[in-house]
Amino acid sequence: MEKFSVVEGIVAPLDRPNVDTDAIIPKQFLKSISRSGFGPNLFDEWRYLDHGEPGVDNTSRPLNPDFVLNAPRYRDARILLARENFGCGSSREHAVWALRDYGFRVVIAPSFADIFFNNCFKNGVLPVVLAADTVDRLFRSVEATPGYALAVDLPAQRIVTPDLGDLGFEVDGFRKDCLIRGLDDIGLTLEHAGEIRAFEARRRREAPWLFNEDSSNIK
Amino acid sequence: MPGKTLYEKLWDSHCVRQDADGTALIYIDRHLVHEVTSPQAFEGLRLAGRVPWRTRSILAVPDHNVPTTDRTAGIADPVSRLQVETLDRNCAEFGITEFSMTDPRQGIVHVIGPEQGATLPGMTVVCGDSHTSTHGAFGALAFGIGTSDVEHVLATQCLILRKTRTLLVRVDGALAPGVSAKDVVLAIIGRIGTAGGTGYSIEFGGPAIQGLSMEGRMTVCNMAIEAGARAGMIAVDDTTLDYLANRPYAPQGSLWEQAVAAWHDLHSDTDAVFDKTVRLDAVEIAPQVTWGTSPEMVVSVDGTVPDPADEPDGVRREGMRQALAYMDLQPGTPITEIHPDHVFIGSCTNARIEDLRAAAAVIRGRRVAPGIKQALVVPGSGLVKRQAEAEGLDSIFRAAGFEWREPGCSMCLAMNADRLQPGERCASTSNRNFEGRQGQGGRTHLVSPAMAALAAVTGHFANVSTDTD
Repeated sequence: MEKFSVVEGIVAPLDRPNVDTDAIIPKQFLKSISRSGFGPNLFDEWRYLDHGEPGVDNTSRPLNPDFVLNAPRYRDARILLARENFGCGSSREHAVWALRDYGFRVVIAPSFADIFFNNCFKNGVLPVVLAADTVDRLFRSVEATPGYALAVDLPAQRIVTPDLGDLGFEVDGFRKDCLIRGLDDIGLTLEHAGEIRAFEARRRREAPWLFNEDSSNIK
Repeated sequence: MPGKTLYEKLWDSHCVRQDADGTALIYIDRHLVHEVTSPQAFEGLRLAGRVPWRTRSILAVPDHNVPTTDRTAGIADPVSRLQVETLDRNCAEFGITEFSMTDPRQGIVHVIGPEQGATLPGMTVVCGDSHTSTHGAFGALAFGIGTSDVEHVLATQCLILRKTRTLLVRVDGALAPGVSAKDVVLAIIGRIGTAGGTGYSIEFGGPAIQGLSMEGRMTVCNMAIEAGARAGMIAVDDTTLDYLANRPYAPQGSLWEQAVAAWHDLHSDTDAVFDKTVRLDAVEIAPQVTWGTSPEMVVSVDGTVPDPADEPDGVRREGMRQALAYMDLQPGTPITEIHPDHVFIGSCTNARIEDLRAAAAVIRGRRVAPGIKQALVVPGSGLVKRQAEAEGLDSIFRAAGFEWREPGCSMCLAMNADRLQPGERCASTSNRNFEGRQGQGGRTHLVSPAMAALAAVTGHFANVSTDTD
């Protein structure tokens, strides 16, 4: 996983609450068996005027001029500013893969859905929770200021703004460490393999019905 | 010291290690796998030279991409076909039990887990699918995970988690005739909102919940995620045990007796403290219909489409406007004047035998209304389909003009060929009314099976509680 330290970039505002993962990456693109290549289909149904399908050349599709990411001023955005309950709905990690593949490393919102929030950290994307009124002020600044950019400093847990001062944010210590060091958490867990085996052996004794199928003849 | 909630009991019994910062390693008993969220996890496993930690804890099934028409010729869409074949290959390579597309036990992963007794009380159950909350109906800690965590569970049998907060949703009283588990959970979501359970695990309790069958309890827990909670759960009682006895994966004989003795503790202690409690009165719950593009946008069937002008919060008001524009609805329109083009009875929320019985009871002796372009019944599994056919339900549906299909996720998310065309409106027993969920430009109204059935035969939404036909 790519290490995350300080991300500086243009902010794109997506001004609607409850943006669900079906909107972030529609279902037809979940048929892929790869982790990459989802960026061109991020927000597909809002971004294009026609219907998208896997394998179609997206560069020749008609763009929806009213969709915010199609505005030239947000073209190189790396930070997505969103409203409450961002990423609600399905567990599809493809939603984060699509954001990441498009170029977003940070999503700022007043709240996130739990599974999406968790998936971000597994893919080098930082979800930042800020108070709703702070997010509101950022929306006004972004919309009023072409080229509005932020610097998101994860080690210092602060966002440097051009007009609103420094904004502090909270982040889980374990997840922060994993992001900064680009750690694979499977490797970390396997350092405790002995404890997992001991736990498993105890459970086999105490609750053998949980291991019923290990000795059953179900095929 | 106060007693423990069910969530705390499940957490404590699965905690391999607890770190000082609140991070814990939680052991996973059952890993359900489907074709959409697993290929990249298996690929990651292979690339790292790892193998599954406990192969027999895994049960795999293709459900999202499978055709619901005759499948003996395979899957026509090459992209869908490759994904299902990839699951087949991965399961064969790693020795994982899979109910393949043509297996009579194949079905929606959240239907077959309980049906096989592969979901048991006191388990931790995960799947790369947000509706894994369904399995909490059995007094299990069950929740959806992303693909990275699917790989993590494959490799380690554990997840790195933090405790959630606990929310008790208590439904007192008894449900009125015609009011189902689906109406209860939609009413709950309407009350607390789609983010109301974010950061919480929800325990559903109270007489109205205890009075539900296992099918009904699964419907309620299934939609915990639509209230923002990764996990929903219900205490174990005789209803749970009666459902599970003699299921293929359930323990038998003395092991069953031993398990049952332990399962009697799977309820919140009377002095347990929840972080939050929400109370609803069952008698106030009428059949529900969603009008918007989020499950919280829901009203009683006797209500009207709400007016954004009445919403004081600016962000929410704009959200309502966008939803009404997408749904092509005007504020003040009576719900009973909305005419669907399609009716879909299926999904992991409402495709179990009891759901099909409820729908068939409404349809019996009636015909699908002329304005309905298509009415689909997609049983949740091959075994549900077989049971329904043994009861003659398929004949009732067919005689009424419904299509009787093969099991799968189908039009709940339209990854297979079953989908709405732009602008089409659907009365659906599924769980999400998001934009484009059932097909790009499609408009979804979430309802119970009986309500969907009644909409099919009347051509518009109608109150099944007062249906006298």
